[in-house]
Amino acid sequence: MNEFWVLLTGSLVGITCGLTGVFLILRKTAMIADAISHTVLFGIVVAFMITQSLSGFWMLLGAAIAGLLTTFLVQVLQSGGLQEDAAIGVVFTSLFALGVLFITLFAGNVHLDVEHVLMGEIAFVPWDTWDILGFSMPKAVWMLLFVLLLNVLFLVFFYKEIKLSTFDPVFALSIGLPILAMHYSYMTLVSLTTVAAFDSVGAVLVVAMLIGPAATAYLMSKSVSGMIIWSMTFGVTAAITGYYLAKLWNTSIAGMMAAMIGALFMIVFLFKPHDGWTWKLFKRMKLKDTNVHV
Amino acid sequence: MDALQVKKLSVAYEEKVVLKNVNLTIPVGHLTGIIGPNGAGKSTLIKAILNQLPNKTGTVHILERPLNPKDHTVGYVPQRNAVDWDFPTNALDVVLMGRYGHIGMIKKPSTKDKQIALNCLKDVGMEAYADRSIGQLSGGQQQRVFLARALAQEAEVYFMDEPFVGVDAATERTIIAILKDLKAKGKSVFVVHHDLQTASDYFDWMILLNQTITASGPTEQTFTEDNLQEAYGGKLFFMDQTKSNKSFN
Amino acid sequence: MLTGNLLWVLIGAILLGVAAGLNGTFAFLQKQSLVGDAAAHAALPGIALAYLVFQQKDLPLLMLGAAITSALAVYMIQWIVGNSKLKADAAIGFVLSVFFGIGIVLITIVNQSGSGNQSGLNDFIFGKAATMAKSDLVWLSSSALLIILMCLLFFKEWKLMIFDPVFAKGIGLPVERLRVLLTALTVLTIVTGIQAVGVILMAAMLIIPAAAARFWSNHLGIILVTSALFGALSGALGTIISSFRTGLSTGPIIVLCAASLFLISYFFAPTRGFISKSLKKKTFKQRNVAKEATNHE
Ligand SMILES: Nc1ncnc2c1ncn2[C@@H]1O[C@H](COP(=O)(O)OP(=O)(O)OP(=O)(O)O)[C@@H](O)[C@H]1O
Ligand SMILES: [Mg+2]
Repeated sequence: MNEFWVLLTGSLVGITCGLTGVFLILRKTAMIADAISHTVLFGIVVAFMITQSLSGFWMLLGAAIAGLLTTFLVQVLQSGGLQEDAAIGVVFTSLFALGVLFITLFAGNVHLDVEHVLMGEIAFVPWDTWDILGFSMPKAVWMLLFVLLLNVLFLVFFYKEIKLSTFDPVFALSIGLPILAMHYSYMTLVSLTTVAAFDSVGAVLVVAMLIGPAATAYLMSKSVSGMIIWSMTFGVTAAITGYYLAKLWNTSIAGMMAAMIGALFMIVFLFKPHDGWTWKLFKRMKLKDTNVHV
Repeated sequence: MDALQVKKLSVAYEEKVVLKNVNLTIPVGHLTGIIGPNGAGKSTLIKAILNQLPNKTGTVHILERPLNPKDHTVGYVPQRNAVDWDFPTNALDVVLMGRYGHIGMIKKPSTKDKQIALNCLKDVGMEAYADRSIGQLSGGQQQRVFLARALAQEAEVYFMDEPFVGVDAATERTIIAILKDLKAKGKSVFVVHHDLQTASDYFDWMILLNQTITASGPTEQTFTEDNLQEAYGGKLFFMDQTKSNKSFN
Repeated sequence: MLTGNLLWVLIGAILLGVAAGLNGTFAFLQKQSLVGDAAAHAALPGIALAYLVFQQKDLPLLMLGAAITSALAVYMIQWIVGNSKLKADAAIGFVLSVFFGIGIVLITIVNQSGSGNQSGLNDFIFGKAATMAKSDLVWLSSSALLIILMCLLFFKEWKLMIFDPVFAKGIGLPVERLRVLLTALTVLTIVTGIQAVGVILMAAMLIIPAAAARFWSNHLGIILVTSALFGALSGALGTIISSFRTGLSTGPIIVLCAASLFLISYFFAPTRGFISKSLKKKTFKQRNVAKEATNHE
């Protein structure tokens, strides 16, 4: 049964992150996800400093606000004339440093384990349960289901709007779409997804899950909807295979899932028919051959 | 009714003022050419009219009302589409995006919207490429798809920034036919154009621009050598000697 | 107060700041600030691998491992961007998280083999500048000096290569080799600093001073000098402030000093700073209003 919950949590992370990640790749804001996953630490520490409690709710809230703050600050620095990559880098490293400092200053003797933040403890998921409506399920599963629901609702209602404002923001603005509001709503979703997922699998795997499956799907698909389906499939596949390999080699589950994401990407990148890397190499060699013969 | 009315419009980027005190009044139902040398501020003028620039003063009215995107009265084809050509979408889908303003938030495109999109794609002669990924079209084909998207908006006033760049002669004729057709239907169309040879043939109204308006009015009154010399600042040689179809860049 | 070791830490931090400031500026201008972030994260599997292979904690060996995987990560990012439609941000994020994930897998294996200990991992993620051994600090300082020297030597070539690679190739510069050299130096900077300030904050040292310096000038030379200065200042201030109180780790304080310098630059730098820009916008509006008024008469 415990194995079932761990696998379910991993798969839910795969599905939710896979879904959210699609627009991260399309909007070329993948690194904002990386930034948010780091600044979540800052949010959690500040939430702890204010409430002096380690309750899940305040942590969630603190982390979500930190995610939004990151997005906002990056936007501000960019409109102040700083290029995007540097803006992201400045914001998240500074907030992360502040988070680490606060931990050492104010929360040193509390169990705010930085390694936990980075790597998560998916193996312990089944023991931390919530009873809601008479159901008892692991807290992580509840949170992931809730965030998944939010993600799905957002896409059901605003699919065409987010698609257009991603593809052609200038045009979207000219027909009156609130592109800034779309951006912040979406980034809130990214923050919530990050928070819900990182509690169980850690900051590293969240980034891997948000970016990797969607990036792999990007290579596979010719439509956004196709990309969404591929992305979720890759996410779940990586979660399940990663779990069993980690069990086999007795190592970090989250780390192994991230490694599997890497493996899936490489398979598609190298061997996808027609435009995989080896395929192209082969075609180039054939072209050279014909040139020589002519 | 005036299609466009601009009063005391000035625009700056950072500290540099690029448009000074522009005043324009143009009635509906004209195909208007916006003409001027590189860097004259043509693209800037259109962006300012469409309220896309922060640093501006003055007022703009379209169909005698301040611009409101929710009216769906304005269609825009930018000079260079800053879109991601690798985006997973096809030509028909892009044209369908022109309908989004009419469909409204949350709702899905209806079969009627899809039919309109398909017809617009047909109008620009691209129906055979409906399913083609947007990145796999040639530059001229992409240009036509974006024109089709503007048509799908079913707007009253159109702004097009150099729609003829990079398209072949046949396509240029197709596009101008479509524009003249729009005019015949009582729509107003503004087109930034560089080829002075064809300008008087295409447009019945003309705006000559170089940082400020040097002339604006019906083509036969404005498209004179004096006005052109003024707009192009003496860089222009005699019109009749440039029959070789050179561009004036 | 400046006891022997603290003096060495101070020198090390300043030199590291200068090296990262110079190197980071080149990365910044190539819009590759976050590549440094990925390379820093990618050092982790290298450290673990070196440990697994050699079974000892010799710093140079671990650093060699770190350098190899960092360089591999940078190369992989370029390879993915060059051979697929993925954009740089996706490639960077992907490589970063997967390498780090693999690093954690390996470190866990190290820890289970009994000989390593968990705190070793923390040291590389957060750094331990204040407690570094003197021999390590000497190593750090000389490596930083080498980086600074290289940046000064190849200043002109890199400038041209970044601004206009095609032209640079045209006049016979070995652009590819220059690029490899720059990447190698970035990796060396990261490897040099990682033990002192840690994986994540090393990225900060590369990014923040360069970004702050950009607000002060449009001249590459001046930007480089300013960035190096900011790097040195953050290193020095950070080391001194964190020595006031036990328990303050040096890395985060150095980064926060850099962040403060960034904020000052962002708001107060002449012409490109926020305040000066807002003032300019206002004068434009006022000037126009005034002009309109005169036009009316
Ligand atoms: N984003 C910008 N920042 C600063 N200056 C700009 C910007 N865009 C345009 N300019 C300047 O504003 C002036 C007008 O530019 P604009 O693009 O409107 O010219 P144009 O008439 O459309 O030229 P072209 O025929 O080349 O398209 C030019 O001098 C240009 O250098
Ligand atoms: Mg233009």
